[in-house]
Amino acid sequence: MDAMTTRYEQTSSRIHPLKFGLWISMASISMMFAAFTSAYVVRQAQGDWLEFELPNIFFVSTLVLLVSSVLLHISFRSFKQGKEQRYKLLLVGTLILGFVFLVLQYFGWQSLFEIGVDLRGNPSGSFLYILTGIHALHIIGGIVALAIGVIRAYTRKYRLTERRVINFELTLHYWHFVDLLWVYLLIFLYISR
Amino acid sequence: MAEILKYNEEELLKEQGFDDHFHDHGHGDKHKTSFIFKYIFSMDHKIIARQFLITGIFWAFIGIGMSVIFRLQLGFPEDSIAWLKPLLGKWIIVNEETGIGSLDSQFYYALITMHGTIMVFFVLTAGLSGTFSNLLIPLQLGARDMASPFLNMLSYWFFFLAGIIMFYSLFLSTGPFSGGWTAYPPLSALPQASSGSGAGMTLWLVSLTMFVVSILLGGINYITTVLNLRTKGMSMWRMPLTIWTFFITAIIGLLSFPVLVSGFLLLMADRGLGTSFYLNEIFVSGEALDYVGGSAILYQHLFWFLGHPEVYIIILPAMGLTSEVLSVHARKPIFGYKAMVYSVMAIAFLSFIVWAHHMFMSGVNPFISNFFVIFTLIIAVPSAVKVFNWITTLWGGNIRLNTPMLFAIGFVSMFISGGLTGIFLGNSAIDIQLHDTYFVVAHFHIVMGVAAAFGMYAGIYHWYPKMFATFMNETLGKIHFWGTLIGSYAIFWPMHYIGMAGVPRRYYRFDGFEAFNQFTTMNEFITIAAILTFGAQLVFALNFFWSIKRGRKVMTKNPWLANTLEWTTPIKAGHGNWEGKLPTVHRWPYDYGKDGKDYIPQVIPMSEEEKAEAEH
Ligand code: HEM
Ligand SMILES: [Cu+2]
Repeated sequence: MDAMTTRYEQTSSRIHPLKFGLWISMASISMMFAAFTSAYVVRQAQGDWLEFELPNIFFVSTLVLLVSSVLLHISFRSFKQGKEQRYKLLLVGTLILGFVFLVLQYFGWQSLFEIGVDLRGNPSGSFLYILTGIHALHIIGGIVALAIGVIRAYTRKYRLTERRVINFELTLHYWHFVDLLWVYLLIFLYISR
Repeated sequence: MAEILKYNEEELLKEQGFDDHFHDHGHGDKHKTSFIFKYIFSMDHKIIARQFLITGIFWAFIGIGMSVIFRLQLGFPEDSIAWLKPLLGKWIIVNEETGIGSLDSQFYYALITMHGTIMVFFVLTAGLSGTFSNLLIPLQLGARDMASPFLNMLSYWFFFLAGIIMFYSLFLSTGPFSGGWTAYPPLSALPQASSGSGAGMTLWLVSLTMFVVSILLGGINYITTVLNLRTKGMSMWRMPLTIWTFFITAIIGLLSFPVLVSGFLLLMADRGLGTSFYLNEIFVSGEALDYVGGSAILYQHLFWFLGHPEVYIIILPAMGLTSEVLSVHARKPIFGYKAMVYSVMAIAFLSFIVWAHHMFMSGVNPFISNFFVIFTLIIAVPSAVKVFNWITTLWGGNIRLNTPMLFAIGFVSMFISGGLTGIFLGNSAIDIQLHDTYFVVAHFHIVMGVAAAFGMYAGIYHWYPKMFATFMNETLGKIHFWGTLIGSYAIFWPMHYIGMAGVPRRYYRFDGFEAFNQFTTMNEFITIAAILTFGAQLVFALNFFWSIKRGRKVMTKNPWLANTLEWTTPIKAGHGNWEGKLPTVHRWPYDYGKDGKDYIPQVIPMSEEEKAEAEH
């Protein structure tokens, strides 16, 4: 990646190529979910659609995810300000909340199952499982990035380099993105049940 | 006759090039370590381009080889093809009484499915845009490499993996997938629907998912490189049209392929998890399955939301290559440069809102159809602008009628012929008669298949000297061109008539229908033309591989006297493309025949008069 970084340094008014690449990937992921939700709308319009209440636990998990995003944001700020201890702890906190979110989503699935909404059967239920499931896969991607961040934070000596800021920022942006994506899905599911 | 100048680019680069200290770090050498890292796991965009090209050529021969086999069966259903038994084994069924060997009907469908999938995705998407985006984006923009050489390498290897999986599926005992390249449910959703719907379809899905990963990795790289790594002076409006088309193609790909993935994921859920997104109250061998509430049309929407942009993903790079080749070999600036760029943008935008023209006959609301009819027909406008500009570029040019130029002109011819039939199909009323007939087959083969192949050939013959430092043989090239041009029209022109009469596509044989008997001779003619055209492609393969070692050597850096930056690199450009400094760009790439000068490369500074002119 040397060719790229040298150029970037000279033209630093342009945005970093990796960050840019991440944004483009986000556009792609968004298209994927846009496709799912439009498929949902198209299918729903055809009738024969099972209606049910969204389990409350999904709202709890949303809250958890939002808090994790805030923590990560503060962690990034602390990292840049050189507050080593604080940034490390907050990073670990984000990671834990990420896991909690996944567990809560799983509980969400269980309560769906209990009210008789199965993955099989009416597509209205299947869509919910697939949407949350595929979103969870994207969360897992973020968790991997966070875990790598935590391992590096505790094994390497603290240094504020441009490279590390960029890496942190990539994780941060991605995490905010999957967070927002979930909020979008929740609102979508809530209003178009 | 314009004056032909000799430029000393070497001096120019030293004088006013742009020093990025690339070679100071000494990483110019580390890629030259061993054969494996130099040629196989290479991160150099020029090597990756060649990998895409050669893999694409491999797949092209598999793909068109298949078409020859199924055409033999279709054109001569009464004749024996038992001689293919060594190749096809149990898929050739020999009639005990007559001794006539014919293709197993199920395998016939598998062959057309694989032919479509391979040609559309592996050859004309990866082989075409993978090759030329990789080769030209850094070279024509004055970049050392792609933004992320590593992701670039991954992009190739995901494509390779997709290929391996698809190739493996050809040898399954139940055969590869056989439900058509569009993979409509229920044939694709129910593993028990046909023999290819089981393992064959599973591998098809896995392979294409890997393929999408490859496209996305590549696309992220292309876009980032174009926006971030242009050399000094290379503003967007100074980019060659090739780069514009690769750039916009990558954007379309990144926005449409994820939608296909969504469609695939739901399909996988139907196949593996028992959901019924696409399935509804189906009976298989008299038994009701417990799928309820699904909609097969949903899949068609998701598929064609990619499917239509995909055809432009294929054709836009071919348009870019054609524009560049036409301008260089006509020694004239491309006519209407900005109009070309805006047309490409318009086409790209419109390609997202016309997908349902593939579904007029699947029961979509006729009022909604009208919307799609209108936008479909509007695409003809920017397409016509492009055609007009190509022809005007040729008009009064100092034309060098060499092989790349012939193929570029051939592209324009094919694009016109095929585009015109699109206008018929775009009317939902006429489509009632034409849908799913040989008319559609003729339309898309001419406008997409053959035209894109011509664009690709124009690109290969033109940039071969840059890729291999030798030229391809001109005589063989011309034989290849005329064989392909005449052959392709001979194959596809008659198909229009057959299709208008209503002969359906994807039928194993139609000689049993009274109404279609009159077409027997035409049908045989098509098969013979297909075999001959295949022969012309063998000439190409021979020429291509023979010329790598034996072709006439390239002696000067800029053999075509072209303006773009790739011709300022050393004949055999190493890692980092330019020795020393990067070129600085002073002008757009189409100064041919300006002010009495035959050509003015982009690295030549503007004269005082030109500067004064540019102010206005
Ligand atoms: C003037 C522009 C064009 C118009 C109005 C047009 C219209 C259409 C329509 C309405 C169909 C559906 C026919 C049917 O299934 O009944 C169709 C099929 C098709 N077109 Fe075009 N087209 C145009 C240009 C192109 C171009 C430029 C390409 C590719 C580069 C292309 C590739 C295809 C393909 C691949 C199919 C058939 C897909 C399949 O069913 O397997 N078309 N076109
Ligand atoms: Cu289309």
